[in-house]
Amino acid sequence: MAPKTLYDKIWDAHVAHEAEDGTCLLYIDRHLVHEVTSPQAFEGLRMNGRTVRAPEKTIAVPDHNVPTTLDRLKGIENEESRIQVEALDTNAREFGLVYYPVDDVRQGIVHIIGPEQGWTLPGMTIVCGDSHTATHGAFGALAHGIGTSEVEHVLATQTLIQKKSKNMKVEITGKLSPGVTAKDITLAVIGQTGTAGGTGYVIEYCGEAIRSLSMEGRMTVCNMAIEGGARAGLIAPDETTFEYCKGRPNAPTGDTWEAALSYWKTLYSDDEAHFDKVLTLKGEDIAPVVTWGTSPEDVLPITANVPAAQDFSGGKVEAAQRSLDYMGLTAGTALRDIEIDTVFIGSCTNGRIEDLRAAAEILKGRKVKEGMRAMIVPGSGLVRAQAEQEGLADIFKEAGFEWRLAGCSMCLAMNPDQLQPGERCAATSNRNFEGRQGRGGRTHLMSPAMAAAAALTGKLTDVREML
Amino acid sequence: MEKFEKLTAIAAPMPLINIDTDMIIPKQFLKTIKRSGLGVNAFHEMRYDLDGNENPDFVLNNEAYKGANILVAGDNFGCGSSREHAPWALLDFGIRCVISTNFADIFYNNCFKNGILPVVVSEDELQLLMKDAEKGSNARMIVDLENQQIETSDGEVISFDVDQHRKHCLMNGLDDIGLSMEKIASVDAFEAQMAQSAPWV
Repeated sequence: MAPKTLYDKIWDAHVAHEAEDGTCLLYIDRHLVHEVTSPQAFEGLRMNGRTVRAPEKTIAVPDHNVPTTLDRLKGIENEESRIQVEALDTNAREFGLVYYPVDDVRQGIVHIIGPEQGWTLPGMTIVCGDSHTATHGAFGALAHGIGTSEVEHVLATQTLIQKKSKNMKVEITGKLSPGVTAKDITLAVIGQTGTAGGTGYVIEYCGEAIRSLSMEGRMTVCNMAIEGGARAGLIAPDETTFEYCKGRPNAPTGDTWEAALSYWKTLYSDDEAHFDKVLTLKGEDIAPVVTWGTSPEDVLPITANVPAAQDFSGGKVEAAQRSLDYMGLTAGTALRDIEIDTVFIGSCTNGRIEDLRAAAEILKGRKVKEGMRAMIVPGSGLVRAQAEQEGLADIFKEAGFEWRLAGCSMCLAMNPDQLQPGERCAATSNRNFEGRQGRGGRTHLMSPAMAAAAALTGKLTDVREML
Repeated sequence: MEKFEKLTAIAAPMPLINIDTDMIIPKQFLKTIKRSGLGVNAFHEMRYDLDGNENPDFVLNNEAYKGANILVAGDNFGCGSSREHAPWALLDFGIRCVISTNFADIFYNNCFKNGILPVVVSEDELQLLMKDAEKGSNARMIVDLENQQIETSDGEVISFDVDQHRKHCLMNGLDDIGLSMEKIASVDAFEAQMAQSAPWV
């Protein structure tokens, strides 16, 4: 048998129908649904007299619009947001979906609660009307974002019309240095490939530095595969993965667990498998990084200076100048001299317990710089509860951080957590696009430890000086 | 979905690279539960100032391009989120075709579901089309899906590739779900087999 990549294996196991031209109906094992990209899909079902084919495989949760303040159960003030969350509530109940409403402690960001509840398992196909669905690839599941028309298609047929992508291997060799995290890996990779470098590919991340990551770290890496343009990111499952899945509410048990486990252990790329593109980075060469511009590819080590537009070529010259203008930055400025006024720790990229532990390690016994607005938004109600149990919440509050309820929050600012024009934020989220965190707001992406360090000094800061 | 056969229209030049979906339709307009009415807010932050006045430097505010149905855009158009609100906003504005050297994957898929044709061309071809688009409202570009060709106002012809299944659906205005439903017996069989071999799913 010809050697296969991990992607090839998962793909082959899910083709329900293949047309002569190679167009496939790919069976979908898990469909995650949130309030922003689903209402039009449910409306489409109703208009055509269709129903949800597999409601038991369809998991719904409101996350984008929900307020994260402690008083949120009083209701959502913004009328449009409220209607959207109510629409999800109605759709979830009417079509009999698995549903975690806003008052359920298990509510949270869809990509955090899927794994947490054991819906995400190795070898699965997982989709969601959300580009950061790539997160679930950390389990060796083929997971990617889809549009609302495709959401409707999956609801109706439990399949997706797909053509196969190409295979790309990203290997991170060796070990990471102190202060360097999964976030630095994923940003460094995008810095290398550019935001279009992965277009048309599914990336498999491998190598010693990836193997050494926890599931939380692996989810951070895969989460941003989409920022490199890739359809999905994958990491082959191993003992770390199995250990994480075991005992989760919706993971198999007993003999079924054993059967699943023996299948999952076949999910790796064969030695001679063909990759269409390969990128190798040395773990030791990766520094703590930040973004300076308005594209996730605008990545530099924290020790660097703001570049000049002329440092680039082609269309990037104009784009870089536009970024510098938008970000209010002058070429040559040391990144460590850039002052910030806001810190946001959270999102589907960095809203898990390990992220909060990393932030707490830096913040313990220290105070946020005066005048700074700093907030921590846990990725789920259960992450929040665990952080309280471990004493992390006390550390955050004593340091001067706001300690919020779970949601997407200031990652995309659909709820009231927004930047004002000109405000500058150290953020652990995934996009630094113009206006992403609020019109005119300026975003620097980084790891939770780096964001915590920035909160203490009021400037972009090299976390290694605080270890 | 409206059919796409042959489009003869004004093309607007947007040479900026990495135009992301947050630029195409900012998040405050994603709160709708409808598909329609987003055109007035397409490219909102580039198009309007903080007081809601039109920014005269933005190409689609230029009288010459207000009736444009084609965008000629810089590399990696539509990167970022999966929001189908991006093609909905473009379509509602009147855009039926976007031409670039590269599109983000999800945006590219979303276009076909909404009767918009995304066309990938080479760097040199994009430069040629960009120049043609800069001629303004006197020039018309022709996008012919059946023959997979773009013709500039000067009569220069560029050929392009498109997936044949997608071309068929777009030319006939076909609904994907209806087509897939015809193959649902395969899905039934697949599901039954999976229930045996992978009961944990």
